[in-house]
Amino acid sequence: MLLVEDEANIAEAIRFILTRDGWRVSHLADGAEVLALVRRERPDLVILDHMLPGMSGLEILTALRAEPATRALPVMMLTARGRDREAAERAGADRFMSKPFSNAEILAEVRAMMGR
Amino acid sequence: MALTALTGTKLRERRLAADLRQADVAAAAGISASYLNLIEHNRRNVTPEVMERLAGALGLDRAALAEGPNPALMEDLRAAAARGGLEAAELDRLEDFADRFPGWAGLLVRLGAQAQGLERAVEALNDRMTHDPHLSQSLHELLSSLSSVRATAAILADTEDLDQDWATRFHRNLHHDSERLAAGAEALVAYLDGGGGRAEQGIASPQEEVEDWLRGRNWRIGDEELARGLDGEIAGLAATAARALARAHVARAAADARAMPEAGLRAVLARTGPDPLALAQHFGADPLAAMRRLATLPELGAGLVACDASGTLTFRKPAPGFPLPRFGAACPLWPLYAALARPQLPVETAVGIAGQAGRRHRVVAVSALRHPLGLRGPELREAAMLILPDEGGTGPVLTVGSSCRVCPRTGCVARREPSILTVDGG
Repeated sequence: MLLVEDEANIAEAIRFILTRDGWRVSHLADGAEVLALVRRERPDLVILDHMLPGMSGLEILTALRAEPATRALPVMMLTARGRDREAAERAGADRFMSKPFSNAEILAEVRAMMGR
Repeated sequence: MALTALTGTKLRERRLAADLRQADVAAAAGISASYLNLIEHNRRNVTPEVMERLAGALGLDRAALAEGPNPALMEDLRAAAARGGLEAAELDRLEDFADRFPGWAGLLVRLGAQAQGLERAVEALNDRMTHDPHLSQSLHELLSSLSSVRATAAILADTEDLDQDWATRFHRNLHHDSERLAAGAEALVAYLDGGGGRAEQGIASPQEEVEDWLRGRNWRIGDEELARGLDGEIAGLAATAARALARAHVARAAADARAMPEAGLRAVLARTGPDPLALAQHFGADPLAAMRRLATLPELGAGLVACDASGTLTFRKPAPGFPLPRFGAACPLWPLYAALARPQLPVETAVGIAGQAGRRHRVVAVSALRHPLGLRGPELREAAMLILPDEGGTGPVLTVGSSCRVCPRTGCVARREPSILTVDGG
């Protein structure tokens, strides 16, 4: 799966717990590189932060949903505020995590989305 | 001096106050008692000659009878009525009201302004909560650090076989994020604690605060004062934004004064009259700067308004008989906006404000373009309109208003919203 998060310490923690749970996790901090990497590596799940440099989480989500190959790709958005959540919902996010989330919540959501 | 619709009412009041009979006053003025009765009930117009005689019979100055209430008070009352949705029948008696009860009318205007101020404060606070970029950025920063602290601490607490390298790394992250969290919380508290004053909370807009300050100085800052700077006075303004606006105003006025010193300005003015383009030519200055300089000379009695490319008024110095909207949009017929659309092309027009009893003004409007970031930066546009008194002027006049809601003009093709001053809203 692909984790897109510009906060280095949050990314490190999420990556650690997901890797220990047995998932292979790539990480990007810049939104502008996401679409190319998704096309190349074809991840099974994308965890997308809302506020990113380069290209915002919403813009990435909209672009993914516009492309036939990634229209159904499961996407979990990490949001900080209530208002962002509505916008993410409209743009087609499958799940949301509001910051600050717990590790157990993230794991449970990822397992549910991957049908495990 | 124009006779107002209520001259008769006033005449009657003065006669009754003097305890004189209608018949006696009529006889003294050489008119019939029934004619005086019609005049007193505002049902007949009265010629200046008859007025003179009636004033004489009552032992009054004619001007005192003809003079209506203070136009600024009337304008403020109309604006208050517009906000309050007063019905037309009551509005017809506005002049009567202001004339008979000036104290109550003044109080009404002050209370109206206060209510409006409070509404604006609520809006400003609401706006601050929802759109304030600083607050939203601070919260985002706090939530990010908190997320990181929570996730990292949980890993340290829950992972039994965590190896030493990872543990050291997460401890370091935890320390870093907790520092960030503390700094973020401190900044947020300082921000929310700050700005306790009325003006700081947006009760008076920063622009109004600066305009009040300038009005208090009679819109005048001497050249020597400008050269010295006015940091002390500016520091006394309540809102940070108002202080920034005032500093920008003073810096610009100081540059204008250096380009066109007062003594030289008056010398050229005596030759050319208040012609901003001639002044600009003489001093090699910008016409807008020349207009700003002319507006600072008290003997001209000139008003000045300026706007940016959005049409928002950025400066408002009123001229007598030319009321300006306190805030919000002005009359779209103002030559200011014609000039805004045609940079560098001056517009000179004789104008009359609807409802101001034929008072004339001569306005000169010019706009200019600026490119502060050079060729590829944004184009900024600024227009200014100098409002000069034109008593005794002749020729056609463009009738304009101050703002649609308080404009009595009927059948205006530029009307943006109904007026409260006409039955059908104009």
